[in-house]
Amino acid sequence: MKAKGKVFRYQDNVDTDVIIPARHLNTSDPKELARHCMEDIDKDFINNVKDGDIIVAGKNFGCGSSREHAPIAIKASGVSCVIASSFARIFFRNSINIGLPILECEEAVKGTEQGDELEVDFDTGTIRNLTKGTTFSAQPFPEFMQRIIESEGLINYIKV
Amino acid sequence: MGMTMTQKILAAHTGLEKVVPGQLIEADLDLVLGNDITSPVAVNEFRKAGFDKVFDTRKIAIVPDHFTPNKDIKAAEQCKLIREFSHEMKIENYFEIGEMGIEHCLIPEKGLAVPGDLIIGADSHTCTYGALGVFSTGVGSTDMAAGMATGKAWFKVPSALKFVLKGKPQGWVSGKDVILHIIGMIGVDGALYKSMEFMGEGLINLSMDDRFTMANMAIEAGAKNGIFMVDERTLEYVREHSNKPYKVYEPDEDAVYEKVYEIDLSTIRPTVAFPHLPDNTRTIDEVGDVTIDQVVIGSCTNGRMDDLRVAAKILKGRKVKKGVRCIVFPGTQNIYLQALKEGLIADIVESGAVFSTPTCGPCLGGHMGVLAKGERAVSTTNRNFVGRMGHVESEVYLASPAVAAASAVTGKITDPDAI
Repeated sequence: MKAKGKVFRYQDNVDTDVIIPARHLNTSDPKELARHCMEDIDKDFINNVKDGDIIVAGKNFGCGSSREHAPIAIKASGVSCVIASSFARIFFRNSINIGLPILECEEAVKGTEQGDELEVDFDTGTIRNLTKGTTFSAQPFPEFMQRIIESEGLINYIKV
Repeated sequence: MGMTMTQKILAAHTGLEKVVPGQLIEADLDLVLGNDITSPVAVNEFRKAGFDKVFDTRKIAIVPDHFTPNKDIKAAEQCKLIREFSHEMKIENYFEIGEMGIEHCLIPEKGLAVPGDLIIGADSHTCTYGALGVFSTGVGSTDMAAGMATGKAWFKVPSALKFVLKGKPQGWVSGKDVILHIIGMIGVDGALYKSMEFMGEGLINLSMDDRFTMANMAIEAGAKNGIFMVDERTLEYVREHSNKPYKVYEPDEDAVYEKVYEIDLSTIRPTVAFPHLPDNTRTIDEVGDVTIDQVVIGSCTNGRMDDLRVAAKILKGRKVKKGVRCIVFPGTQNIYLQALKEGLIADIVESGAVFSTPTCGPCLGGHMGVLAKGERAVSTTNRNFVGRMGHVESEVYLASPAVAAASAVTGKITDPDAI
């Protein structure tokens, strides 16, 4: 499985309250959630994001509330993958469970800027920065997690 | 190599003699919890997978507490969905308005969390029950759905940090100040993926309410769980609230902790977390001049009797500063009633504050106290992220009930000793 897209670059400690503010949690419709994704830190995100694009951020991405609406909103916005120096643990779990690929790779984060084009190979954990011509390696997912992501989430995975 | 409290509880629920950090396990669950925000997603996933019954009707708790009493039509629809699901599945611990409370105040009060339990909840502050020697942790809605269906969840066994408490908190210092101090010290990712285990001779000087507040905010340091050593005070609480069998786990003498922190409770000052992260802390002596528009006292962090007693003690005979809105909300109906019997509500209302029904509303900018652009609040809640309590350009300062109540009186962040 591979992903390719332009980078939206954010800082450390991006919390779930800015990924999807609580005022929009009176719904669980992915499309409606996506319309408000990141709006409190990046108003332009939802207008500029295209299918396949990639979020790259610093440490502790997704900290705060356990709302699964956060990875759901990111996935429904078209983002193919999130790369961060580290993830908050509930966000990490939720992303796997809904089938949003995420990778921890501090070097890739440091070597990537807003607008760069990245290509990610989930089988090997290889991240290529096509704009800068650099390559980084992240720890690939264990096989069972890859199967969950390929099934588009835990529920489909246990159903199959 | 010995095991920590957390590791022992995980091992016992997996049927293993021993677990080690990093090990992936599938554990049996004693309780699966959800609220009106996270449960609708879980119910949809549950149905999508084709499940038609829950693993145990007694071991699931559903508490509509976030946008309740229903704040708008969409919230009402979400609550209706989980109400109907709970009835259809015969879930015993569904708590309707009138008997509900803020979930993390309610679950211990109802005796549904006892020492040695393993609990997951689709709410990040599920870690609160660690105060009772429980392993409890927040998960998402899909985990809740799978947990309701199978009674199991997978975990990666965490490594741990040890906090050895000594001494006695001075003056107005409470559990809130202690945990803000710790988060300020280790950072919002200082315990990422790890357990925070609290023990030591100072434990005896912390009430159960102090401990609930501290375990509650373990997630604010990124922790998987926070857990307290069980003592006589814990057992007294358990005997008063529950008939469930329990088991006390203590860490092995050779349990491995990645780091050990010694905390002298007697040196901690009232502590405030400035916007926009809970680790951005200052002692009350370093706060300076910060004027405020609103004060919020309550939540799963500080909505218990100790908190209301302190707030009422400070507000009694004083007036909330003109131009400041002070909103006080109890954790549960029982806490509400107890506050009524003790006369606390009269003291609070006579000061010019409002007293609300239990709800999570203001803490997450849902309803019952949303902030406008440029407004500042002192709040006893747990998060001060950008836009957390309302407008993206509003500000939240996290503090104890004592600091919050004193600030309501003066209109700026204030040391309770100074009024």
